[in-house]
Amino acid sequence: MTARIGVVTFPGSLDERDAQRAIRLAGAEAVALWHADHDLQGVDAIVLPGGFSYGDYLRPGAIAAVSPIMREIVDAANAGMPVLGICNGFQMLVESHLLPGGLIRNAHQQFIRRDQRITVENATTAWTNEFSRGDEIVIPLKNADGGFIADDETLKRLEGEGLVAFRYAGVNPNGSLNDIAGLTNERGNVVGLMPHPEHATEPGFGPDMPEAMRSGIDGLRFFTSAISALAARV
Amino acid sequence: MPTIVVDVMPKAELLDPQGKATSGALDRLGHGKFHNVRIGKRFELTVDGEVTDAVIDEAKQLATEILSNSVIEDVVAITIDGTAVQL
Repeated sequence: MTARIGVVTFPGSLDERDAQRAIRLAGAEAVALWHADHDLQGVDAIVLPGGFSYGDYLRPGAIAAVSPIMREIVDAANAGMPVLGICNGFQMLVESHLLPGGLIRNAHQQFIRRDQRITVENATTAWTNEFSRGDEIVIPLKNADGGFIADDETLKRLEGEGLVAFRYAGVNPNGSLNDIAGLTNERGNVVGLMPHPEHATEPGFGPDMPEAMRSGIDGLRFFTSAISALAARV
Repeated sequence: MPTIVVDVMPKAELLDPQGKATSGALDRLGHGKFHNVRIGKRFELTVDGEVTDAVIDEAKQLATEILSNSVIEDVVAITIDGTAVQL
C-alpha cells in the first residue's frame, strides 16, 4: 500500500507544494492538510513545511503551534507517527514542545540562503534511516531565525542521548549551539531541522554539486526513509 | 476597561542579536557609554470585566505559556493598570 504523507498548510506557509512534490517523487501519496481542521485524514506521517506562518508574529512558529490541527498532530506524534518539521516547521515543533530548545534570530542578524553541508548524526530515525551516521549531505538553508539554543542541561542530554540529528558542516551559518542543524525526539519519529530537504529532491532543481549544477537530491532520502519506516512498521 | 501589561525579555544569558546590533549602532554614533542594549516585548491586554484573582492567574498562565517561550525568554513584569503583580 502506498504511504500517505500529509503536509499542513498554515497561513504564511511557503514550501508546502515543494514538500508535496518531494513526497510524490519519493513514491508516496501527498495529502494536503489544513491548519484550521481537526482532521488528519488518516495519513501515515506528517510534514510541517517551511515558510513564515502568521508572519513570524509573536515568535516564529508560535501561533501555528497552537493552531487547531496541532492538537491532533501532537497526539499523533506522541503515539509514534513520523513527523518532520522543516525550518518554520522545526520552529513549530520546538514551540509545541515536541522537540526541546528554541530557535532565535541568526547571530549575524541576516536572512541567509545557501546550499548547506550538514552531517547526519543520527541515522536511526524515521526520517534518516536511509542515511549512514557521518554522511555529509548538501541541502538548501534559507531562514532568518535559525540559531538553535538550549540550556546547558538540555544540551548535555541532547548530546548524551544522540538526539542531535544533524550538524552544520564546514561553517556554522547562524550561531547555533554545538552546530546543531536538526534534532530528533527519543523515539526517533519526530525530527526537525532548519535546512530544506524538500528543495533537494529532483535533478535540475537542487543545490549545486561538484558533478553538475543544481543536481543535488540528497533531500529525497528523508522522504524515502519515512516510507521505509512506515513499511517496516506493518 | 482594565489593561494588563506583560513585559517579556530575552534570557540574560542568551545572545540577543537585535540588542547587540543596536549597541553597535549606538557606539558608532558616539554613544559608547550606553551599552548592552537588550530588546524585549511589551504586550497590552484589555480585559472584559473585573480583574479578579482568577483573571490574574489566567493572565500569568498566558504570559508564561503563550506570550513568552520559557526556553528563550523570561516574563519580567505583569502590571494591571500600572500596579505590579507578584510573579
